[in-house]
Amino acid sequence: MQTTGFTSSASSKLGDRLFGGLAKSFAWLTLILLAGIIIALVYASWPSIQAFGIGFLFSDAWNPPMEDFGGLIPIYGTIVTSVIALLIAVPVSFGIALFLTELSPAWLRRPLGTAIELLAAIPSIVYGMWGLLVFSPIFAKYIQPALQSSIGHVPVIGKLFAGAPLGIGLLCAGIILAIMIIPYVASVMRDVFEVTPPMLKESAYGVGCTTWEVMWGAVLPYTKNGVIGGVMLGLGRALGETMAVTFVIGNTNFLDSASLFAPGNSITSALANEFAEADPGLHTAALMELGLILFVITLIVLVVSKLLLLQLAKGEGTKS
Amino acid sequence: MEITDAQIEFKDFNFYYGKFHALKHINFKMARHKCTAFIGPSGCGKSTLLRTINRMYDLYPEQRAEGQLLFDGRNLLASEIDVSVLRAKIGMVFQKPTPFPMSIYDNIAFGVKLHERLSSSDMDERVEWALRKAALWDEVKDKLKQSGMSLSGGQQQRLCIARGIAVKPEVILLDEPTSALDPISTARIEELIDELKAEFTIVIVTHNMQQAARISDYTAYMYLGEMVEFGVTDELFVKPKKKETEDYITGRFG
Repeated sequence: MQTTGFTSSASSKLGDRLFGGLAKSFAWLTLILLAGIIIALVYASWPSIQAFGIGFLFSDAWNPPMEDFGGLIPIYGTIVTSVIALLIAVPVSFGIALFLTELSPAWLRRPLGTAIELLAAIPSIVYGMWGLLVFSPIFAKYIQPALQSSIGHVPVIGKLFAGAPLGIGLLCAGIILAIMIIPYVASVMRDVFEVTPPMLKESAYGVGCTTWEVMWGAVLPYTKNGVIGGVMLGLGRALGETMAVTFVIGNTNFLDSASLFAPGNSITSALANEFAEADPGLHTAALMELGLILFVITLIVLVVSKLLLLQLAKGEGTKS
Repeated sequence: MEITDAQIEFKDFNFYYGKFHALKHINFKMARHKCTAFIGPSGCGKSTLLRTINRMYDLYPEQRAEGQLLFDGRNLLASEIDVSVLRAKIGMVFQKPTPFPMSIYDNIAFGVKLHERLSSSDMDERVEWALRKAALWDEVKDKLKQSGMSLSGGQQQRLCIARGIAVKPEVILLDEPTSALDPISTARIEELIDELKAEFTIVIVTHNMQQAARISDYTAYMYLGEMVEFGVTDELFVKPKKKETEDYITGRFG
């Protein structure tokens, strides 16, 4: 087919319009889905919201026969396990990424990188079973007593490591979560460190930086958006992880000490455990409200991370 | 031509990228507080030679150097040399401006903090001193808190020079510092190099022969990893001793 001048054929114009419209509709679809999920969650949890109001967030009651529900314990469990996971996973991932991009000999780089990506491919139920059957007995026998006899004596912080070393509990769940999110956080960090221009690194080496100073002083500021993105990806996964946590968190709606050794509950494991047998009515509505709260927590995390990035951008000076 | 006050001296120096022999038997001296330029076609090894002086090649395990590279009589290739200290003494500026993602002030203070502990007023003085030396102070003194990335290309490159100067080096290595800049910015950098010679030994790699002729005291012409000719710039450009050099500088080759 021959076209003359600068006019395009009608069919190619139509194709372009069709493609544009299709892409636009897909983009809108995500917004519609999001709105739909919010509406469905609010609608389904409405009886619970009406019955308990804002007090739902602060009540540790969870009594299906008496129809008295509160979300404090699962909310606490979700937040605490995710925070533990981040505290462990972020420094470890940074170390892994630093090693892979700067220190590792070339022959080790690829196998190690692949191994880390493979860790991310293990189904979460496998982590849960491994946590329950292998890790938690070892944890109870060796690690918890060691923690108790060392940090356990420090005032204030020591309270976090009090109580019977049962293995399963909040700390155990946090550690399993950390292991699960390390591959995500580490591979994102590695990817963003790798795209840092070599000239920027050499400039930092050029003023006399050690490897650590290059990473901390030049590469990390340069890649902070990506790094925070990776951390948020990990946090999002930690907040939402269900199966592995359900195996090792203990699943009790009872919490009377600050100890991280104590068993607890998380939002997702409460949902997984109870949804099948919940009566329609207030019990289901309360579970739905927990789901809504998880949604809101994720949203807050997202907003906070955006604010953090804005703050960091201010720190590096304004761009005119 | 005899260089009496040599700061840097290469003695039977060889350099390898893996098995590739990139620099062959380099022997020459660089004079203190003068500007030495390396010229030659792409791939001739002039940047490689420059990067050996602050041992930047250490970052890449497959690269290695043999022979002697003397800095005030000490062999820089010796294993006991602390490269961080060495690189503070020998600053480097790259083809493209590479400001760090932080404020103008912090860009300068960053390197200083690595090696010295200064009070904040001393640091303010040092930052001003370095920016003045790099002829950038008047343009940025009111916006030190702004990002280094917000400056123009030429300003960014002078910021990078200031960053190198701030740690008080003895030598400044410039790897095609104006290749990404417009003619006006290039002229400013060239003026700056001329002023910096009073206090620093300057080594510059350039693609631009006129630039080498304008700003350098000594010039080395390199080809295929060998130093074909080295001499006083005016002599080398006016009456080169070697036929190859003449072909290159007259544009018959290269």
